[in-house]
Amino acid sequence: MYLINSFLFCGMICAIAQIILDNTKLTPGHITSIFVVIGAFLDSFSIYDFIIKKVGGGALLPITSFGHSLIHGALQKAESMGIIGIFMGMFDLTATGIVAAILFSFFFYILCKPKN
Amino acid sequence: MKIKYYKNLEQIYNSKFFCIVFFFLPILLMVIFMKNISYDEIADKHKAVDNKRNHILWAFISGGLVGFFGEVLIEVLCRYFSYSRNDASSIMIVFFIFCSSCFTALGFFDKLVEKCRCGLLIPITGFAHSMTSSALDYKKEGPIYGIGSNLFRLAGSVILYGIVSAWFFGMIRYLIGGIG
Repeated sequence: MYLINSFLFCGMICAIAQIILDNTKLTPGHITSIFVVIGAFLDSFSIYDFIIKKVGGGALLPITSFGHSLIHGALQKAESMGIIGIFMGMFDLTATGIVAAILFSFFFYILCKPKN
Repeated sequence: MKIKYYKNLEQIYNSKFFCIVFFFLPILLMVIFMKNISYDEIADKHKAVDNKRNHILWAFISGGLVGFFGEVLIEVLCRYFSYSRNDASSIMIVFFIFCSSCFTALGFFDKLVEKCRCGLLIPITGFAHSMTSSALDYKKEGPIYGIGSNLFRLAGSVILYGIVSAWFFGMIRYLIGGIG
């Protein structure tokens, strides 16, 4: 069931983004920023946690889960540290993604040459 | 994370009404929206409409396949390598980022992105693709002014607005008092 759900959910988000991209003048940069903000908004009332519980891995892959994990880590830390925890725990869960992206892009920058 | 009013919310989410609104209404809206496009612009832009519909279909299928393989990877890691689900999901994200930067460096990811645009730009693959492609584009200008200052040229907006909005919504949530 997780497999079908993740196919449908991930595909639906990409299709909505494609509709926005085709019918307005927004660039992909605008759309990814908008989707991150939507993900952070959905998790501020723990709707996105519920979606992840229902959908599984398909909800972790779209860029909305980036905003979700930013705010999720911040609130987790704020539980124990108070208001300063929002500053401390912001990167707790997204650190893997950002560090991996920076490291791999640097390695491939050293190894490869641009094609065009 | 335990939250005070989470149980009440969960009852609302488990109801059939919520499922219908959240999962089936967007699909319905999409169908209606596509019909509107076709009726409005059928007069002179018949070819463009077909292109738009094909774009949406490609985005749906490719994005769905990305999510599907992510879930398959999580299941395999959980079942055969006995990881917990959280660890498996972070390994899955690292794997996808590695794949997309590798394909971008080898050169054929750009063609795939041209084919199924948002299907690969909206998942985390798009984030890694933008970083690797800007790193390779500015390779000529040297390690400091090339890659050092241009690595986050495209991906920086995601991080900036993610942090600002997460801080804003987190403060609202904290001040309302939803944290247990």
